[in-house]
Amino acid sequence: MHCLRLALGLGFCLLLGITLCSLWMYVENWLLVSYIPYYLPCPEILSQYPQPKLLEQKPTELLTLTPWLAPIVSEGTFNAELLHHIYQPLNLTIGLTAFAVGNRYTRFVQHFLESAERFFMQGYRVHYYIFTHDPQAIPQVPLGPGRRLSVIPVPGPSQWEEASMRRMEAISVHIAKRAHREVDYLFCLDVDMAFRNPWGPETLGDLVAAIHPDYFTVPRHQFPYERRPVSTAFVADGEGDFYYGRAVFGGRVARVYEFTRGCHMGILADKANGIMAACQEESHLNRRFLSHKPSKVLSPEYLWDDRKPQPPSLKLIRFSTLNKDTARLRS
Amino acid sequence: MDPRDFWGNRTKSCLCLILLFAVLLGFYSNVFSLIPRRQTEKSQSSPEAHHVQGRRESLTLSEGDGHLDSCRIPEVPRLLYPKAQLLKPSRVDVLVMTPWFAPVVWDGTFDSALLDVQFRNTTIGLTVFAIKKYVVFLRLFLETAEKYFMVGHKVIYYVFTDRPADVPQIALQDGRQVVVLHVGNYRRWQDISMHRMEMISNFSRQRFLREVDYLVCLDVDMKFSDHVGVEILAPLFGTLHPGFYAADRQSFTYERRPLSRAYIPRDEGDFYYAGGFFGGSVPEVYRLTTACHQAMTADQAQGIEAVWHDESHLNRYLLSHKPSKVLSPEYLWDERMLQRPPLLRKLRYVAVPKNHTEIRN
Repeated sequence: MHCLRLALGLGFCLLLGITLCSLWMYVENWLLVSYIPYYLPCPEILSQYPQPKLLEQKPTELLTLTPWLAPIVSEGTFNAELLHHIYQPLNLTIGLTAFAVGNRYTRFVQHFLESAERFFMQGYRVHYYIFTHDPQAIPQVPLGPGRRLSVIPVPGPSQWEEASMRRMEAISVHIAKRAHREVDYLFCLDVDMAFRNPWGPETLGDLVAAIHPDYFTVPRHQFPYERRPVSTAFVADGEGDFYYGRAVFGGRVARVYEFTRGCHMGILADKANGIMAACQEESHLNRRFLSHKPSKVLSPEYLWDDRKPQPPSLKLIRFSTLNKDTARLRS
Repeated sequence: MDPRDFWGNRTKSCLCLILLFAVLLGFYSNVFSLIPRRQTEKSQSSPEAHHVQGRRESLTLSEGDGHLDSCRIPEVPRLLYPKAQLLKPSRVDVLVMTPWFAPVVWDGTFDSALLDVQFRNTTIGLTVFAIKKYVVFLRLFLETAEKYFMVGHKVIYYVFTDRPADVPQIALQDGRQVVVLHVGNYRRWQDISMHRMEMISNFSRQRFLREVDYLVCLDVDMKFSDHVGVEILAPLFGTLHPGFYAADRQSFTYERRPLSRAYIPRDEGDFYYAGGFFGGSVPEVYRLTTACHQAMTADQAQGIEAVWHDESHLNRYLLSHKPSKVLSPEYLWDERMLQRPPLLRKLRYVAVPKNHTEIRN
């Protein structure tokens, strides 16, 4: 009797152990990412493309490589057809997050999605995630094949700043809950903007940042970094590569998770110290991109302000602010 | 039951308990240690699968992969360095990025200090073959490598030779070591050159995967004359052959006979890569060398040998598997054969004069 109870007890412990073990393995491996080969396989049957000319004489007006050898993407630096042939067979799913929190922002969703349907990642599987406090306000936009939309409810903003500061947290939680299973790459964009020209696989990379249109000609000491040492987003005077915009960032879903989590931790630490960074979330984003340098940088073509005159160095504006007056007229 | 029986029972159950506890401990420790082992095994499986374009496999990212891109984005501490100017390209006389976003590494395009910090925990393996009379090149090669190659990082020199006794003793910096690998030789120099692929492939699986993050495969009859650092490291990189960097694809000396597995038609080709300087992360180099070796074996069965041997096969592979970085001719030059153009600001890895007929017999 004694032995039997002992045996039963031990058997139960064994079962418990196995359950805990398998749970542990699942939790440890949840960040399982599919292997995307790091050479870029080129199909045998490929339409002809011109030979890259090594002794390039045409003046490239924009820098094309950062000092840490990350590409800076602008029109003319890549062969779209070649990239399409390379990335198309990989069967990738690209995620796109946009926050429409607050009645001012839900109005932009229609135009945002319509322009995305025209220009964003044509020919790839796309999954839109619209975060909103008011799912009813999200219009039904017809989507192309292989493209879907999910509405993610989030609490409404008590203050505008509160909402923007929670974006990093919301994205990282969302990735942990579902996006890591559904998409390979994820882009986090601002909703009060629209696509103007094709946005394709040239933007795909491990960790992708976009240069802010207002500061790309400006020296680093004039960047609106957070300059108070007490903040976690502090950047000293002699530091800085580019000033990146908060309206566009992305990359492989695991890297975006780490990035947004890191930013969120910084924001929380600042909150605990009773401090809010100068440009709120953008300061934290820039601080993080300074220590975790992006593997690909998008030129201001990918994040433009339509109120500025287009300089000759930017050949093709692809994503820019929606003029808010016209938006009001549209709705 | 009487007291003695009771104690006996209790001892027996205690012993049972201890035994079972030991079994459980052994079982669970095995399960936990199996997880990382399984990951590295998976990453080595089915090299042929990567021939198929764009096939995606489910592989967990093992620590042994060592790609800069696939590992965590390295965190860089505070560093002071000049800011990059967006409206001022670093080089206007040359192409610094291929159409598939692979940087072409020239002097002036990169910041060494920044890259050194990003790659600070990286171990680099250097493979070099000194078969038969080629052992005489080792001394100069290793001495100049100590001065210029990956200074400040952990380096393992893998010297493949059939004459281990002739490998010179070189004074090495901290964190650097020479590993002599005793291999057989072949009668023809072409065979020696081609079998490098096979040997690198075998040793990648057997030991390089565990010991280093990146592999750099070099020719021995050369010397380093300027900085060659972590700016070259990428999942897969090739070097532009100094004789063909300005040439049209029709004049590249690719293998032009369709019968060979290294065949490239006249209207295809990005660059002519040199067989004497290539590399990448260990898994990628393993795939490259395995593919080239299999192609060479298939050619041999057909009774054909590619015009430039392993270099032809390397070019065929790099056409279908585009490298993630391309090294400029600064990284492989021959001063006696070529006039140095002004676009080459530095010569980093150059040929040592040799008497071809004497050394190859």
